[in-house]
Amino acid sequence: MFESIKSSRGATSLRSGPPARRRWTAAQVGRVKPVVFLLCLLPFLRWFYLGYNDGLTANPVEFITRSSGFWTLAMLLLTLAVTPIRQLLDQPALVRVRRMLGLFAFFYVVLHLLTWVVLDRNMDISSMITDVLDRTFIFLGMAAFLLMLPLALTSTQGWMRRLGRNWTRLHKCIYAIGVLGIVHFWLMRAGKNDFSEPILYGTLLAILLLWRIARAWRARRLAAA
Amino acid sequence: MSSRPRYPHIVSSQITPEPVWRSRRLWMQQMAGLAAGTGLGGLGAILPGSAAADTLPAIAGLQANPEYAAAKIDRKLTTEKDVTSYNNFYEFGTGKGDPLDYAGKMRTSPWQVQVSGEVEKPRTFDLDELLKLAPQEERVYRLRCVEAWSMVIPWVGYPLSALLKQVQPTSKAKFVQFITDMQPEAMPGLRDRIIPWPYREGLRIDEAMHPLTLLTFGLYGKRLPNQNGAPLRIIVPWKYGFKSGKSIVKIVLSETMPQTSWVAIAPSEYGFYGNVNPDVPHPRWSQSHERVIGGGFFDPKVPTLKFNGYGEQVASLYSGMDLRANY
Repeated sequence: MFESIKSSRGATSLRSGPPARRRWTAAQVGRVKPVVFLLCLLPFLRWFYLGYNDGLTANPVEFITRSSGFWTLAMLLLTLAVTPIRQLLDQPALVRVRRMLGLFAFFYVVLHLLTWVVLDRNMDISSMITDVLDRTFIFLGMAAFLLMLPLALTSTQGWMRRLGRNWTRLHKCIYAIGVLGIVHFWLMRAGKNDFSEPILYGTLLAILLLWRIARAWRARRLAAA
Repeated sequence: MSSRPRYPHIVSSQITPEPVWRSRRLWMQQMAGLAAGTGLGGLGAILPGSAAADTLPAIAGLQANPEYAAAKIDRKLTTEKDVTSYNNFYEFGTGKGDPLDYAGKMRTSPWQVQVSGEVEKPRTFDLDELLKLAPQEERVYRLRCVEAWSMVIPWVGYPLSALLKQVQPTSKAKFVQFITDMQPEAMPGLRDRIIPWPYREGLRIDEAMHPLTLLTFGLYGKRLPNQNGAPLRIIVPWKYGFKSGKSIVKIVLSETMPQTSWVAIAPSEYGFYGNVNPDVPHPRWSQSHERVIGGGFFDPKVPTLKFNGYGEQVASLYSGMDLRANY
């Protein structure tokens, strides 16, 4: 009882007190979007720079496969970081970069998948099916990709309107995609017992998901009070 | 003393005088150490730490073995740059570029190899002795990594059997184990517990005595760069690369099958034999095809050959054996 009063008072004082910082408008955030776009494209452009400068190692296909996989995970984590950052900084307009980050995750996963389809499997459908069915880490990676597909397709304003509340429900899939992505990477590294990177990204994902769970609990407690 | 000439008067134009390459190598090592120390490991790619190829001494008396000439392999030689910059040598880290970046600090002289166990004449050999034990030959072999990539490499060495004959294996010698050196101050990977160090590999005695099995001192006509397993390593061309131990300090002959590193870590993924076999997939990838290092970006993988193409010479070693069970 006492606690809920305290926290609700805290919330009130935030709302009624003088604004701690000015909130960015949607238009202001919109103006930095081209910068964000270019930053997200840099890893892709870097491949060409490295390619022309003999920098893709002796095994360029492996390099591109790993790099595209890494940037898929990085973009997923950045997408998932938007909501906590909005809440921490009290800058709701930041949501305007979220779709772009999510679509970049999709961009990199498509390239990741294409390196596998074209360069690794040489477009051989039966060997792809064997790979997906026989190898858990590829199965999980494929599952994550298939879950990302509807999210990318319904990322437009039109689909948001059409789906209404269901749009939010559908897009909660990103949590499962994040977990599948980490497990995919974990299993891929399992043979070398080298988990430092999967542990790092897994921890970041856990923090981002726990943040949401903690917020939901607090909101429920406030609602109950 | 100071009047003693520092350089011989007549020097083969082919050979960089030893003091020169030694000092060059030292300088390179210092630069690599500096790069590593300042966290700029990537500098190693610009200043190859262990061995810019031109600083390595040529191997004296080297003869090409026509039996294993490049022309006998239907694939291009892998460039020296790729052979020396894309390596698995976990003592220096698990990244393919780590060995090039960090192996420069490994001390390769003086070097001794202790041969012990089921032998009549256990002995410790100095490297200089081993270099001259048998005529040095150049042999172009395919190398197939268990990770489904491959190279074609001109190695320099002589059959391991020449060394084993010196120590006279007893009738109980059924297996040969190879142990890689441990230099904690030079090998950052030893701090990771990926492998129970030291790295150990092994062969059956008949595999070790097979004329294809090469005690290897060089590649591309010069002494091995550190990242390729200087100063001497084993090359078993019909087996996956992990079977070919690097920077060997101990060879132990035994009656029972020795423990080998990858079998100890992941027995379901790696077996004692490690024979190249397109029909037995690794649990996490197919072994039916391989990526040829140095090929074009859009070149497809090529089919992997059983025993890496050396079946004619070695298949009889395994007659009657189930190669699916003994992978």
